[in-house]
Amino acid sequence: MFDFLEGYDVLGAFWMTVKLTAVSAIGSLIWGTLLAAMRVSPVPLMRGFGTAYVNIVRNIPLTVIIVFASLGLADIFGVTMGASDNFDVQGFRLAVLGFVAYTAAFVCEAIRSGINTVPVGQAEAARAIGLSFSQVLRLIVLPQAFRSVIGPLANVLIALTKNTTVAAAIGVAEAATLMKTMIENEAQTLAIGAVFALGFVVLTLPTGLFLGWLSKRLAVKR
Amino acid sequence: MKLRKVTAASAAVLALALTATACGSDDDKDSGSSSTGGGDSKIKIGIKYDQPGLGLKEPDGSFAGFDVDVATYVAKELGYEPDQIEWVETKSADRENALARGDVKLIAATYSINDERKQKVDFAGPYLLAHQDLLVKSDSDITKATDLNGKKLCSVVGSTSAQNVQKDIAPKAQLKELGGYSECIAALQSGAVDAVTTDDSILAGFAAQDKYKGQFKLAGLKLSNENYGIGVKKGDTATVDKVNTALEKMVTDKAWQKAVDDNFGPAEYKNEVAPKIGNIVK
Repeated sequence: MFDFLEGYDVLGAFWMTVKLTAVSAIGSLIWGTLLAAMRVSPVPLMRGFGTAYVNIVRNIPLTVIIVFASLGLADIFGVTMGASDNFDVQGFRLAVLGFVAYTAAFVCEAIRSGINTVPVGQAEAARAIGLSFSQVLRLIVLPQAFRSVIGPLANVLIALTKNTTVAAAIGVAEAATLMKTMIENEAQTLAIGAVFALGFVVLTLPTGLFLGWLSKRLAVKR
Repeated sequence: MKLRKVTAASAAVLALALTATACGSDDDKDSGSSSTGGGDSKIKIGIKYDQPGLGLKEPDGSFAGFDVDVATYVAKELGYEPDQIEWVETKSADRENALARGDVKLIAATYSINDERKQKVDFAGPYLLAHQDLLVKSDSDITKATDLNGKKLCSVVGSTSAQNVQKDIAPKAQLKELGGYSECIAALQSGAVDAVTTDDSILAGFAAQDKYKGQFKLAGLKLSNENYGIGVKKGDTATVDKVNTALEKMVTDKAWQKAVDDNFGPAEYKNEVAPKIGNIVK
């Protein structure tokens, strides 16, 4: 029944999906946290930049961002991410760049909602003992904020995992790319679709269950 | 109060959306009833909408290309005037299912005959022998497949052409896979890649477009054989025979050659002679 899988590196393709997801998740967590810090900072210019970035980037379709990274940045402006002679590496890096740029907007908003769960008194008390803005954020606010947004961040992570299929549009050899190849060769749309759908459930379901459990354990009880 | 306003507004939007879709389905029903009500007064034919030279939906809603011309001729032989043809877009991945479901009677959409597909559908034809080829800038020095090693090549994600390059033709070439051939042509124009590869008929169709005239040429490498057939529902041998007869007639009365010249001419496309029915070149 599943003999059409022979000759295809399905696991390899899903491994690429995992790699894309992992690298993009780390990148967007860092960039998203910085954006959240900007959005709550006392400097109007930074606040403005954070707000503008989030509102613009999260409203551009991901496909447009990814295709622009390849056709616009790489082909026209020559931004090759240090891999001008290897399209595989270049495609991967450009895709990660696009995913980070896009996902960070959602991470930022999740973290900002976490920051809002921290009582104002905590930040005021911290400022009162002489901590600077970055110290208040790093030592007092963010640790509590993160613990309350593990659930929302899990949603972002699951969405990111599925969003990596968009990288197929620029030929990164991940799961959706292999799916296109297999459908082209095998004329078995339904069975192939089912296999890849199942693959994504296997990837995302445990992520959701684990992070759901973690968010219950770590939530700050108030 | 504010909440009620929002509710009312969203209800209005919802109602509007519903009536809009209702209108849409009414239209569908109209065209549907005319195709079923009057017996076989219409024929549904699957083509591509996005391949210049083969099957292209023009901005004004008309259709043009070699596949379209062949399908129109075949339909005429089956007893349908051009205005009785209902064109349906059939993307590559959906062709087998569209035939099996009966959404379309025939498919003429750069449909290469191969063994896997033959298990799912029947083919009439072939009506065109195409070859995988390269489209390069008109001043390019790529003349043979081995020139490709170290060069940058573009093709569509998952396509047979892309797989051929990686496996056989030039494993050492850099392959960029994009979502569609127009993106590849754009990359070729900007110099990001040295060549675009797929069937020569498709490439010729792009190169023949007014905006690209004179910029590109075909390398003429004949890297593979693609036998374009007309897809018919599995087991419908009566239709296959009728279509084959129509295709033979199209070749003998020169309409076939005219269609080739009309659609691929400006790209210096050197077409093969019309293939014999049932003669599949491996």
